[in-house]
Parts: sequence; C-alpha cells; structure tokens
Amino acid sequence: MIDYIQPDYEVVRNKDLCVKCKVCVRQCANQVHAYDEKRDALYVDNSKCVNCHRCVSLCPAHALKIVKTDHCFKPSANYTEDIIKDIYRQADSGGVLLSSMGTPKSYPVYWDKMLINASQVTNPSIDPLREPMEIKTFLGKKPEALEYLPDGSIKTEKYPNLELKVPIMFSAMSYGSISKNAHLCLARAARELGTFYNTGEGGLHEDLYEYGENTIVQVASGRFGVHPAYLRAGSAIEIKIGQGAKPGIGGHLPGSKIGEDVSRTRMIPMGSDAISPAPHHDIYSIEDLRQLVYSLKEATDYKKPVIVKIAAVHNVAAIASGIARSGADIIAIDGFRGGTGAAPTRIRDNVGIPVELALAAVDTRLREEGIRNNVGIVVGGSVRSSADVVKAVALGADAVYIATPALLALGCHLCRSCHSGRCNWGIATQIPELVNRLNPDIGARRLVNLVTAWAHEIMEMMGGMGINSIEALRGNRLMLRGIGLSQKELDILGIKHAGE
Amino acid sequence: MEDYEQFRQVAEKNREGNVRIPSGCAICGYFSRKGNALPASDAVNAMSYMHDRSNGLGGGFAGYGIYPDFPDHYAFHVFYDNDRAREETETFLKARFDISNMERIPTRKVYGIKGAPLIWRYFGTLLPEVKAHTELDEEEYVCRSVIHINTGIKGAYVFSSGKNMGVFKGVGYPEDVGEYYCLDGYKGYCWTAHGRYPTNTPGWWGGAHPFNILGYTVVHNGEISSYDANRRFMEIYGYKCTLLTDTEVITYIIDYLHRKRKLTLSDVAKVIAPPFWSRIEKMEEQEREKLTTLRNMYAPLLITGPFSIILGYPGGMMALNDRLKLRSMVAAEKDDVVYVSSEECAIRSICPDPDRTWSPAGGEPVIVELDKECVK
Repeated sequence: MIDYIQPDYEVVRNKDLCVKCKVCVRQCANQVHAYDEKRDALYVDNSKCVNCHRCVSLCPAHALKIVKTDHCFKPSANYTEDIIKDIYRQADSGGVLLSSMGTPKSYPVYWDKMLINASQVTNPSIDPLREPMEIKTFLGKKPEALEYLPDGSIKTEKYPNLELKVPIMFSAMSYGSISKNAHLCLARAARELGTFYNTGEGGLHEDLYEYGENTIVQVASGRFGVHPAYLRAGSAIEIKIGQGAKPGIGGHLPGSKIGEDVSRTRMIPMGSDAISPAPHHDIYSIEDLRQLVYSLKEATDYKKPVIVKIAAVHNVAAIASGIARSGADIIAIDGFRGGTGAAPTRIRDNVGIPVELALAAVDTRLREEGIRNNVGIVVGGSVRSSADVVKAVALGADAVYIATPALLALGCHLCRSCHSGRCNWGIATQIPELVNRLNPDIGARRLVNLVTAWAHEIMEMMGGMGINSIEALRGNRLMLRGIGLSQKELDILGIKHAGE
Repeated sequence: MEDYEQFRQVAEKNREGNVRIPSGCAICGYFSRKGNALPASDAVNAMSYMHDRSNGLGGGFAGYGIYPDFPDHYAFHVFYDNDRAREETETFLKARFDISNMERIPTRKVYGIKGAPLIWRYFGTLLPEVKAHTELDEEEYVCRSVIHINTGIKGAYVFSSGKNMGVFKGVGYPEDVGEYYCLDGYKGYCWTAHGRYPTNTPGWWGGAHPFNILGYTVVHNGEISSYDANRRFMEIYGYKCTLLTDTEVITYIIDYLHRKRKLTLSDVAKVIAPPFWSRIEKMEEQEREKLTTLRNMYAPLLITGPFSIILGYPGGMMALNDRLKLRSMVAAEKDDVVYVSSEECAIRSICPDPDRTWSPAGGEPVIVELDKECVK
C-alpha cells in the first residue's frame, strides 16, 4: 500500500559534530534513530519522529535539530496540508482521528486581548519586596450572616473550604494517562506549595495516599478507582461532568496502558480498555447531580467541599447557575483550548467555547442571581502564564487550574503524541524504562519553581495596581481593558476598551 | 453662549456616575462624647488650614444633633435642577411621608460659589399606613425611597436623609461652602468635613462629599484599588453604585455590614481593613478563628489602596486608615472631644492644646461614641 503521508519533520544531524555516542538511539522510544555497525553510521527514520526533542536535548554534542519539512502540497487556503493529511489517514484507517493536548488551531486567545492596569500618582503602587502581598485564598461556599455570642466570638454557618496559599492548582490528569512518577511530582509540589493536585479519573495509587491533604480526588463517569477510602483520602471531591478538550464525550485509556498497578488502582482488569461513558449514568439532569453531590457529602461526613467540573459550552452560565444551587461548593470551568491525553481531533478542535468568555458569563450570571457566594469558581483550559492568572482572577475566578504548564515544567515538549503511550519524557507513558526517566525529586522541584515564579509575578502585577490582597483583585474588572475587541466581546467580558 | 453650551455638555458627560473620578482630599472631624453642641464654624475654620489639599471642586460638612426641634424626623436635603424635579419629588415624598416642615435651606451669596442647584429640605416621618403595608422595615423603606428619587427622578438628588443630622455640600472650597450654607448658625455633637481634589472636572454638586445614606455619612480621602471588586459584591445585594465614587461604595459597605448584618463597627473595620494573614496566624486561637472567618466570608469587601475615612453615624464617629496607612491621618483628644484630621495643623487651629495626639495605625479604627448617660 502506498503511504500517502510524508513525514512532518526532518531530523538533521550535523555529522561534523556527531561523536556517535548513540544516546539518540537509546533515548528514542519511537525508534527514529538507528546505528549501522557495519558502516559505523547513524540513520534516521523521519516518519517516526514526533518532534519531542528528547534526542536533541540529550545530544552531548548539540549535533541534532528537528526542522519542519519543506516538502509541500500545492498550496491552498481551503484544503490545507492538515486537512489533506487527515483525509488520507481516515481513508487508510476508517477510524476517528485522535489527538492529544490542547487544540493547535488559531482561535482567539482572549487572555492576549486584555491588558492590566497600574497605578500612577493618584494611588501609589505597592512594592511586594517591601510590603506584605497576600495571595492566599479560600475556595468554597461563604456564609452570609453571623451572630455574636456573649463572649464576643462569632458564630456562622460552617462550610468546608479549601485553603490555597497560591491561587493555582494542578488540574486533573489521571494515573494511567500520565505516569506514577508524574503524579508523585505533582503531589509533592502541591504539598510544598500549599495547594492541590487532582487525581483525574484514574483513582489514587496506594503510594500517594500520604499526600491526601493536598489531593483532590475525582469521580468521573467511569467511576474508576472510586471507593470509600479513596473519597476520604483527599481534601475535596471533584465530580467531572466534562472536560474542555472533549465536551460531551467520555474518556478512553487504551488497554496497552493498563498494567498491573494501573489495573489495581482503577479496579479494572489488566489490559482492558478503560472507556468512561459520555454522561454519568446516574446524572441525566440537574436534580440527579444534586443527589450525587449529597451522596458524596454523606460518604465524607460533610467535611469536604465538592467541586463540579464542566466544560465551557454555549450555555455555560445557565448550567453553572444550576450547579451553584445543587449543593456543590466549587465550580470548575474547563475551556476548549485545554489539554487532554487523548481526544477525538474533531471534537477537540471544534466543540466548546473559550474559558475567558465562559468565566465572565458565569461570574456575571451568578452575581445577577445573587448566588456568587454559594460557590467558588476555578478556571482551567489554557491558563499559560501568571498574567493569565491575574486576568482570570480579575474577571472573577477564585483560582485557576493548570495542567499543560505543569507538564511543560516536567519536560513535556508539547509534541501532542500522548495517546501513543511512548512519551520519551516519562510523563504520558506506563513503560517502566520511560517512566524512570522522570525523577520525582527534580520534577517536583521544577513544579515548585514554576508556581513560585508565577506567584512572584502575580504579586508584582498586583502591587503595580495598588492591590495587596488577592480578594481585592477578584472580580475587579475595572483593572482590565480590552484591546482589539468588538463591543459584543467587551460586553460579555464586562470590561472597557483600552483608552476608555 | 455656544461656549457655555459646550462647557455644560462636557461637564454633564464627565460628572459622577458617567465616569469614574479619583480624587485626593482633606478630611476632618470632631466629636463630643458628652454630646455638647460644638459649632460648625470650627470645622469650616479647620478646613481652611488644609486649603491646598482641595482644588475648589468640592467641599462639604455633616453635622449630628443639629436639628433638636425635629429629632425623630427624617431630614431630607435635596438638590434640584429645576422646579419640575422638585414638584415630582415632593409628590413622591408626600405620598409616603408626613412632612412637618419644608423650606429652602438658607444660603448666602459667596464669591467662589456658583452653579448652585435649588436646595431644599424636608422634615418628615413615614406615614403609618405606608409603614403598615410595606414588607420592609422602616429604614430599608426610607433607604429605597431615597435611591428611587436619586435614580428615578431626573434632576433630583437627595444628599442627606438621616434623623437629627444633615449634610451640607457643594462645588467650591470647603470654607466657601461652609460660608454659603450659613454654617455659623449650626451646632452639633459631631461634625465631619471634606475638601476635594478630584482629578477631573466635574461641576456637579451631588458629587461632592460627605456621602450619606440614612444616618451614615462618609468623608474619604484616597483612591481605592479594590473599587470594582467591592462594587460588584454590593450590587449582588441590591445596592446601585450610580456615582462610581469610592465614597459611595464605602458607605454602602458600612451600611450593609453594620445596619443589615449587625456587625460591630470594630468588626466592620476588620472586614474592610483586616490585619495581614501573617499577623492573624500569630494571634490567639479565638481571635485567629474570628478574623479568618470574617476575612473569608466577606473577602470581596476588603478595601485596598490608600484611604482615610471618617464615618459619622447617629451617636458615634469612626475614623479608619487603609491597612498600609497610605494616607495621612492624625487624631487628638481634649477633655470629652476627639478630633481626627488629615493634618495636625487643622486640629491645632481649633484645639491649640490637645491632651494628646496620635497617629492611628493602618487598619486600627478610632471609634468614639456618646457616653451612655448622654444619649438622649
């Protein structure tokens, strides 16, 4: 059969620099590199290269680089190279196209169309190096009223809240889709940072129970790995209704990734595909959600906040309003540019809405209905930098979820091939030799560094605005201005245009 | 004539409510614990010593205990652009209140005060049948009536609505505004004063300070950086921030926490200018619990950015600085009178030899109330 598809990338080796140490051969799980002993020569098979930079990064002589091929189709603005290749692939296989990580399409990134304010003259900026700058935050329902007791202390309704030292959490990535070492890195970093990581839908490995105080345990439609001890192990429980990268569909972890440990953790047979259904089969409406929320609260003595995670879709404001009345303590909104371990390409690239618009719409709606204080709001789905965090908080989020930046910190190069299970960086794989490449101590340190750096930047930006407490930034939309946005977009975001 | 029209249009466009106008300011207040009637002229005099902190675009005063003849009547002070607005407002008021007295507030011609609206005051009590039929408690009903006039009747603006107290404010330097309102004839147990330095060019009298709702008045110096977070929270609870000024939202926050949620004023201060977490963590358990709860439940009401405020309320006065003390504020005491001011010179101009003076720390309120035996 003719292969219609030419390789996307070319591995270029500078033979003058190459010392033939063969590290590239040993490191590439995709078997791009090969050594021919007879000829004493190294060869490459470009068709296998996913452009993950493992060989490039480890080459001691800096003799390697990966370039995009200049081989081309006849240019067309309509039938682009990507579209042509996808058609060839589907004609070959007859299957649904799969992709990983967030959509690479050029949809508008609203974070980049908002600018942050700073103080001048009338109001002093505050220097975070010299003055306290507070970014601690609480997630959960707030009481409205209080009573004074005779001894002067106060009495209020008590609701379980999560206390975050930084308004950044690691978002759900399941054990199975990523390696145990990756989970260890996230757990250790969350503990050190005073924040939380999220198990995703794959259960909690027995070795990670000790990090329970910094863990959010997820209950998804497949209920993999869900049992009473699991629910009690974490500090909060997240019901996953949807994911930004693939709203409306379930998850799929191929049997090849289900080894002994994953099988035990997920409570499914080894080697069987783990396919979680599109909806929860006990949630067909909002009142069913309420029942699940309260079942989980019953199971954990009303001590843990319940998060409901939804994908950002067209009607997100009304859905969030329903969730805020369902007994949930926190709503997590996942935008359509968010990442995934595997999703049908067409869904990832075409379903859902940007998280910035979803967040603004939800925050506004909950305020209009007077129920904003019933819930915390967490947003994820392409929060890429500290500036995105500041903008999210100013639009109304209590905190953000990050996943792709966390993986990048662990060495991910966004080659978007997680679904293959052969992650050369030891992240999205279960192959022991590859998993061992990710050192949990070093990984945790890099995650702590990343979030600490962001925290410093957040404080700098807050100080510039004359704000020394994150509470005063939350929902403070006057601190944002749009740039190059239409009036409609500005109205939805609830911000003014630059210059206004 | 065309020039005037153009000026009027610009002034209208840039007035409070259409744009957000930050301003620097001077504030001053004094309070007699024994309820002695202190002259308003002291406040006028004190403000003249801080002349350079204002720029002639707003000055005002609030006095408590100034209407002993009508102690239980709501005293509505109203600005009107024209007689049509006055008639409409009077019809509205008369349908709800038993008006015992109505008059133009006495004023005199003063160089430097121009563009004054019609200024009237009404003393009234809520009609018994209205009180019987509303679902709201009396204060809430009065409060909403005021908001209704201010947002619903074009050209009318109620700028004072408490009992036995009144606000006098306008566009001009505070000492000229005091002269204009003939404040030399008023006495009360508490006075607060404000001189304004807005960074814009409004010419609207309603935009001057103090800002009032029911018995609360706030004078404020500063520009709060948390404004929109505070405003959007208050709007959840039905407050409409129509002026877009800091003072307005601060007054609403205090009204919400103190009148509606029944927090003590010292706890109100802990909500709007709380100690830093690093300090809270070191406190004893009960205090730590309390402050953590307050900060968490009312997080959106924390105010950041520089401010010094003086809150007047029936029977008391509270002065408060932001938690970093980014605005100057000095307090002093002489016998039963407590003074607060942006600058010490203003206090010394009316009380040359105070028993003590001090500079209240950021976030630490100075609260003075009438001695129990002096509450009438």
